[in-house]
Amino acid sequence: MDDIFILIPGRTSRQGTTLNEGKLKADFIEETQTLFMCPDDMTRRGVVDGERVRIRSEFGQVELTCKAAKTGELPPGLLFLPYGDPSSRLMGGETHCTGMPDSKGMDVQLDKLL
Amino acid sequence: MSAAAVIDAEVKEDEVKIVKDATCTFCGCVCDDMELTVVANKITKAKNACVLGKAWFLNHHIEDHPVATIDGQPATLEEGVERAAQILANARYPIVYGLSDTTCEAQRVAVSIADRIGGCVDTTTSVCHGPSGMAFQGVGEVTCTLGEVKNRADLVIFWGGNPAESHPRHWTRYSLMPKGLFVPNGRKGRTAVLVDVRKSKSAAAADIFWQIKPRKDFEVLWALRALVKGVEIDPEIEQETGISLAQMQDLVQRMKSCKFGIIFFGMGLSMTRGKHMNVEAALSLARDLNDYTRFYAKPVRGHGNVTGADNVVAWQTGYPFGVSLGRGYPRFNPGEFTTSDTLARGEADAGLIIASDPAGNFSQPARDHLKKIPYIALDPHESETTRGAAVHFCTATYGINTPGTVYRMDDVPIPLRPAFDSPFPSDETVLRAIEKRVREILRERLTN
Repeated sequence: MDDIFILIPGRTSRQGTTLNEGKLKADFIEETQTLFMCPDDMTRRGVVDGERVRIRSEFGQVELTCKAAKTGELPPGLLFLPYGDPSSRLMGGETHCTGMPDSKGMDVQLDKLL
Repeated sequence: MSAAAVIDAEVKEDEVKIVKDATCTFCGCVCDDMELTVVANKITKAKNACVLGKAWFLNHHIEDHPVATIDGQPATLEEGVERAAQILANARYPIVYGLSDTTCEAQRVAVSIADRIGGCVDTTTSVCHGPSGMAFQGVGEVTCTLGEVKNRADLVIFWGGNPAESHPRHWTRYSLMPKGLFVPNGRKGRTAVLVDVRKSKSAAAADIFWQIKPRKDFEVLWALRALVKGVEIDPEIEQETGISLAQMQDLVQRMKSCKFGIIFFGMGLSMTRGKHMNVEAALSLARDLNDYTRFYAKPVRGHGNVTGADNVVAWQTGYPFGVSLGRGYPRFNPGEFTTSDTLARGEADAGLIIASDPAGNFSQPARDHLKKIPYIALDPHESETTRGAAVHFCTATYGINTPGTVYRMDDVPIPLRPAFDSPFPSDETVLRAIEKRVREILRERLTN
C-alpha cells in the first residue's frame, strides 16, 4: 500500500538517558530505531508489535522495529520516532533558506519487511 | 600509556568529594543546584538532578583514548594541533560548526579562528531554533527570564514540545510547580496548557491539552491572533486544525485575563514546515497580547550552552549563527552560510567541528560531503563524526571537568563548578593552540 504517513521525530526520556551512555552503544541505537505507531494503523496495515518495517521518505529509507503507541498518543496517520541517526537519514538537504531541513512532519511511506 | 591511565594512578580509591551548587549542562535548563558526590574521579550521586541529569553525571567517565588521533592513529597534542592548523589555514571555504556543548570561553576562540581563516561560523542552533532566531529578527521577542516566570506566571503555555521528557525540571524548578513571589500557591496558582500533535507524557500534567493536526500550528496561532484582535473566525477552522472555535475563544479569554502569561515553544514549531513563520506567529501573538496584559514567548532550548553559542557569536559578529567571515566582515544568511547547506551543496572544503555530531545528525547529502573533506573534531566521546575526522581531539567535558560560563535558555549566564580534573585538555585550550598556530602560518605566508 502506498498511503502516506506523517513522521514526527522527537525526544524521549530513554533517548536522552541512553545518549549519555553513548551514541554508539546498543541501548541508544535500539531506542532510535524504534518506531511508534497508532494501534489502529498497525491493525489496518497488518503490522504486529515488535515487527520490523521499512520507512521511506523522498530522501532515504531506514529499517526500524515497530511498536504500538499508547492509546490516544498518536492519531491515525502519525508516526513517532525518537531522534537519532535513522530519523536524520530521512531528511533532505533543502532548508528553504533557513539552515534547517524539514525535520518534523515528514511525509513517509511504510512497508512491512518480509 | 593512555591519558585515562595517568589520572587513575593519581587518585586514591576512597577519596570522597562533595561538590555543591554544581551545574548540569545536559539541557538548556542549566540547573545550577546540583550536589555531586565524587569518589575516585567517578560521580556516584547527583542530588537534585532529573533523570536526564543523573544520566549525564553518572555515566560520565574518562575515555581510554589518546588525547589526539590523526587519521585514526594516536598522536600527541602538538602533532594534532599542527595538522589541524594546516588543514584550516589551507582551506578555501572552511566551516566552524557545533559549539553548543562547550563553554562561552571556547566558543569565542572558535569564532576568532573562523575570522582568521575567513570561514563560516555556525552552531547547532541552525538545526534547532535557528528559525526562531530568524523570527526574532523579523518580529522581535517579548522576553523575560525563567525567574520572572517562576515568580509571576499564572498562565503557562507549552507549544510544540514535550518538556516532561526533554526538560524534566523546567516544570518543577521554573515554570509550573514552584511557589513564586506573586504565585504563592505554586502549581495551584497557574494554568498549564499544552499544544502538540502528539499526546505525549507532558499532556497528563497540563490543565488543557490541544492535540492539533500536524503542520497546522501556524493556522491555529494566526487564528488566535485574529480572535485577540476581535476578528471573526469561521467555525469550520476545526476541520482544518482539529481545534474548535469554542476552544480557541476560551484560551483567548484566559490569555487576555491572566496577569502574566508565557508561551514556551519547542522545535515542533521551528522544525516543521513553515519554521520561522510558525515562530513569528507565536511571537506576534505574545506581542499582541501586551495590549491587554503582560505576555511573553521564549524558545525551549536543547543543548546545555546552545544559548551561549547564540550570544557569543552575536556579540562577536553581530549575528547569532550562519555567519560568513570570508570577505573579512560578517555576513548573515541562513540557507547560504549555515552548515547543513554548505555541506549538502558540497561547498565546504574543510571543517572545525566542536562538540557536535553532524555525521550522525545531518541529512544524507550533508553527511556524504562531510566524508569527503578533511575536518577536525573536538569531542570528549567517540561518535560518527570523530570516527571520520582527520584530527580528533579527545577533550575534557565542560561543567564536569572544566570551569567556564554557559547561558541558560533564558539568556542568563551561569558559572560552572567542575567536579574533578580530566587528563584531557579543555576545548578552549585546544582551540587556543590551533588559533595560535593558524596565526603563525598565515603570518609566515604573508612574509614569504
